[in-house]
Amino acid sequence: MTNNSKAEAGIYKETLIRGLWRENPVFRLLLGMCPTLAVTIAVKPALTMGLSVVFVLVCSNIVVSLIRNLLKPHLRILMFTVTIATFVTIADLFLKAFVPEMSARLGPYVPLIIVNCIIICRAETCASKNSLGISIIDALGMGAGFTVTLCVLASIREILSTGAIFEIPILNLQSQGGWFVPWAAMSMPVGAFITLGLMLGLVNAVTKKQAKG
Amino acid sequence: MDTVNTLIVGFISIVLINNLVFTKFLGICPYLGVSGRIDMAFGMGMAVTFVVTLSGTLTWLIDNLILMPLNLEVTRYVCFILVIAGAVQLVEMYVRKFFPSLYESFGIFLPLITTNCAILGLCLFINLWGIDSLLEAVVLSFGAGIGFTMAICIMAGIRENLNLADVPECLKGAPITLITAGLLALAFMGFAGMIR
Repeated sequence: MTNNSKAEAGIYKETLIRGLWRENPVFRLLLGMCPTLAVTIAVKPALTMGLSVVFVLVCSNIVVSLIRNLLKPHLRILMFTVTIATFVTIADLFLKAFVPEMSARLGPYVPLIIVNCIIICRAETCASKNSLGISIIDALGMGAGFTVTLCVLASIREILSTGAIFEIPILNLQSQGGWFVPWAAMSMPVGAFITLGLMLGLVNAVTKKQAKG
Repeated sequence: MDTVNTLIVGFISIVLINNLVFTKFLGICPYLGVSGRIDMAFGMGMAVTFVVTLSGTLTWLIDNLILMPLNLEVTRYVCFILVIAGAVQLVEMYVRKFFPSLYESFGIFLPLITTNCAILGLCLFINLWGIDSLLEAVVLSFGAGIGFTMAICIMAGIRENLNLADVPECLKGAPITLITAGLLALAFMGFAGMIR
């Protein structure tokens, strides 16, 4: 019995950590690229986006896991999408009511969580095959991996484009007598594509090194 | 005359200036996935153009004729995604019946059009921009599809040549594609001054 629960705890831990690095949704699986590129102008919207995705991911994984035995194969994608759309509507209304500013800033990218491949991918590969506990842990791990990645990317872009992180100034701007000239390109689509490309390259290089050593 | 003008300006702006891929980051997944060969990229672009025109028109109709009069805006996202899923199903059946070889080469990407952000994104943008004539909605949806096709074909052309280039080992595949996309986005910014 103790052995059993120990093994179970091991599986939970493994599932949780998997989403953070080994199967990181953005770097490894290349899922959910659109929000990754679109909302990472600054850390605040990135964090809001990440948390909304965690919420939707956990809720939809719970529902899908509970109804997994009733699913018909040819209708399952449709069921997933409708479930996800429902929770996204909830998240969207919540953001509109409590943080209207942020909601306006994120614009259509909140409803676009519906078509975020991460959520469908987890529903399909994990929640529709596993028990409730594992599904929730998996959702938390994947969501955390996504949020952390977004925040890292957003910090790089925010500090290079405005010299601040979380809207707190860090670098001395030239316009205020300092030395740092903001990179305008970083706040534009170009910056998003190139930063993400270079980060993917970095992750690949690190992985190769790990595999060798 | 005025309407024609608005339509032409709208079309050009969604194809070049507000290109969904380069300025709105929509449809990146198939953009990275299918842009390896130019014929597949073109087929994908055509499929997306068809679905996006169909679903852009249908969602505008549903939104304006059913949801708004009945104050059912809350169900908007669910309705949109159902319409899109239906349209994709239609295209899938059509392609499987009449172009089996194309169907084979698409593989998983055809059903994945459902989760292509470009399509839902466009429907949401039409709603957000407050487009109030059906004709404009149709033209915009069609333009968005053409814009996507153009972007993915340009990319496929570049990637076919990239195969011969000496890319650093760790940048092969997705990273170099993203960097190339960044440079393309930079080039497309040049169109920004064209209208208004």
